[in-house]
Amino acid sequence: MCLAIPGRIVEIVDADLQLAKAEISGVRRNVNIGLLDEGEGAVQIGDWVLIHVGFAMSKIDEAEAQRTLQALEEIGAAYQQELEELHGSRIE
Amino acid sequence: MKYVNEFRDAALARAVAAEIAALARAGRRYKIMEICGGHTHTIYRHGIKDLLPAPVELVHGPGCPVCVLPMGRVDEGIAIAERPEVIFTCFGDMMRVPGSKGTLLEVKARGADIRMVYSPLDALRLARENPEREVVFYAIGFETTAPSTALTLMRARKEGLTNFSVFSNHVTIVPPVRALLDSPELRLDAFIGPGHVSTVIGCRPYSFITQDYGKPVVVAGFEPLDLLQSILMLMRQLAEGRCEVENQYTRSVPWEGNLQALKCMAEVFELRPYFEWRGLGFIAQSALKLSAAYADFDAEVRFGSPGLRVADPKACQCGEVLKGVLKPWECKVFGTACTPEHPLGALMVSSEGACAAYFNFGRRAMERENVIPLQVETVSGAGS
Repeated sequence: MCLAIPGRIVEIVDADLQLAKAEISGVRRNVNIGLLDEGEGAVQIGDWVLIHVGFAMSKIDEAEAQRTLQALEEIGAAYQQELEELHGSRIE
Repeated sequence: MKYVNEFRDAALARAVAAEIAALARAGRRYKIMEICGGHTHTIYRHGIKDLLPAPVELVHGPGCPVCVLPMGRVDEGIAIAERPEVIFTCFGDMMRVPGSKGTLLEVKARGADIRMVYSPLDALRLARENPEREVVFYAIGFETTAPSTALTLMRARKEGLTNFSVFSNHVTIVPPVRALLDSPELRLDAFIGPGHVSTVIGCRPYSFITQDYGKPVVVAGFEPLDLLQSILMLMRQLAEGRCEVENQYTRSVPWEGNLQALKCMAEVFELRPYFEWRGLGFIAQSALKLSAAYADFDAEVRFGSPGLRVADPKACQCGEVLKGVLKPWECKVFGTACTPEHPLGALMVSSEGACAAYFNFGRRAMERENVIPLQVETVSGAGS
């Protein structure tokens, strides 16, 4: 749970519930954007974000996203477990 | 699409290491603590230690939320999980953390309804889907994770859910660092500040380390070169007699942190007067409980948790390792009675625990296997 995984916001599902769909390592899951939806820096479709336990916690650029993904893949078992848990996630 | 990975460039890494070596004064030792467990992992994974000159020593800090959880809190979670009306939810990392009478995984095997969740919002969904059951989320984590629990509770209150509660073990990073600075056992020269925690709290909270204790701090990213550059920035400060909080990880960490996240935390949580940390003992104002406005969602209130205090097993030296007094391999049971398959202490459970990181990568580093070497990626003519 200590990992933060890069994902790309592909759809705002429900702005009131602060839900967006993100593509994360090839799967699409709902994430909460309630920590990044105010002001000028509010997340938009197409943005890369670091996702931690189902919440977008910071905006990053694409190069940083790719670097982070590479580093995560090298972690091995802990990243695989995180992805398995993410696959089972159904945030509504 | 391929990116030049300047954060893995071996030639650059050697150049940075040489600059670090040039700044080290003869006859002086430099003890630098990396606060965050994620940094500990990178250090072992990439053999950073081998690149550093001998006088520079890295000391592993308390920044792994699973590792600092005392046994009493694990036992109290298990006591709730064993109640027949409860669906107990937690992150996967918690399942194998030993309490005094076993782990959540073992309790689950005996029939308790314990479910791993990816997000506290998954626990909230379970509460919605099972209105006749009590759904409890066992919350752990530093300021990285606490805002997620806060937003989940705000949503639960908005929906009027009455069968959802949180057992909060959220902790804050500043008080244990202060406790370590006050500890006579450990004399540190500088700090590598945590990355993800700082995306939430920003860089300002570390200023007490520079102002009250006169030690430099650099907030660092998670790539090998991030860490080397951060160590170089710290060495420059020490050489020039400066003492500042600097931010090496500007790619992700704003100086002010995430104000939206801090606001949510302030609404949902309040500081506990004190909290027990594994190995560090009781530390004042170092953990978060649910605020009065959210008391209805507090599992400790709902289930009357007694506040157990359970001593670690005698052989276990997690405390000394957490304080940086012992290296993982200096613990009496490291790699013998305590392994990642059969952990005695929490530091061997989490992949970010210093013992597990050293067990998996550090020992093999000596054999030059399994460690990911820094290398130049050949991209669009940028190779070497």
